Amino acid sequence: MTTETPLGRVRGLGSARSGGHHWRLERMISAATLLLFIWLIVSLLRLPALAHDNVVEWLSSPLAAVPMLLLIVTTFWHLKMGMQVIIEDYVHDEGNSFLSMLLLNFLTIGAGATALFAVLKIALGGDAN
Amino acid sequence: MHRNPSRPLAPHLTIWKWGPHMLISILHRITGAGLAIVGAAALVWWLVAAATSAKAYESFADHADNWYGVVVGVGLTWAFFQHMLSGIRHFVLDIGAGYELSTNKLWSVITMVAALVLTALFWAFILVVR
Repeated sequence: MTTETPLGRVRGLGSARSGGHHWRLERMISAATLLLFIWLIVSLLRLPALAHDNVVEWLSSPLAAVPMLLLIVTTFWHLKMGMQVIIEDYVHDEGNSFLSMLLLNFLTIGAGATALFAVLKIALGGDAN
Repeated sequence: MHRNPSRPLAPHLTIWKWGPHMLISILHRITGAGLAIVGAAALVWWLVAAATSAKAYESFADHADNWYGVVVGVGLTWAFFQHMLSGIRHFVLDIGAGYELSTNKLWSVITMVAALVLTALFWAFILVVR
């Protein structure tokens, strides 16, 4: 038990030199997500319709599949980082916070992997019956 | 963080007059969380349905074309444009620009109006042009 405040404990120790990592990475991933989503919106609006045939034919092309794979990676990475900040801000209990982070990681990586697999199946599978 | 509940808490959320810069700040968070949950689920469903079969895709499309699907769709596109534009605003703030009170207020309002306009244009294109 100490009477020191958290600030008092770290004062004078200097910079940890790693605190800005999340912040910088979040900006970089955000910029990538922004560009890829502009591509997605324009691509979807340019398709003649959004029926099954149109979507499968479009995603069979590497010119659509590759940016779509990148979009899935950056989008799920971006939303993981954003939700992490929300959890850090509102979930103060250490146990709940740990559990929320665990769930967030499981869900984002699981959902992201599922989306990646779906695009790869269309792009590489040839015939999507 | 352990707070002694018997000690008073500054009424930081209740004493300030609401302004556009406060609204856009919380909207960025709300739309972000909404997109992360509902938007991501819709994206995965759409892609998995397309990869599974024409029948699975039809089931997705039936829900999307229904009235509730359109409500969710309009909500998601608005949330997307709002989050995108306030995100771009954050990039501008990150380089240290736009903190002048009147400038900050003006760009906050422009961002929210532009999000509504882009949402309307997007759906006008889908429903009218197509």
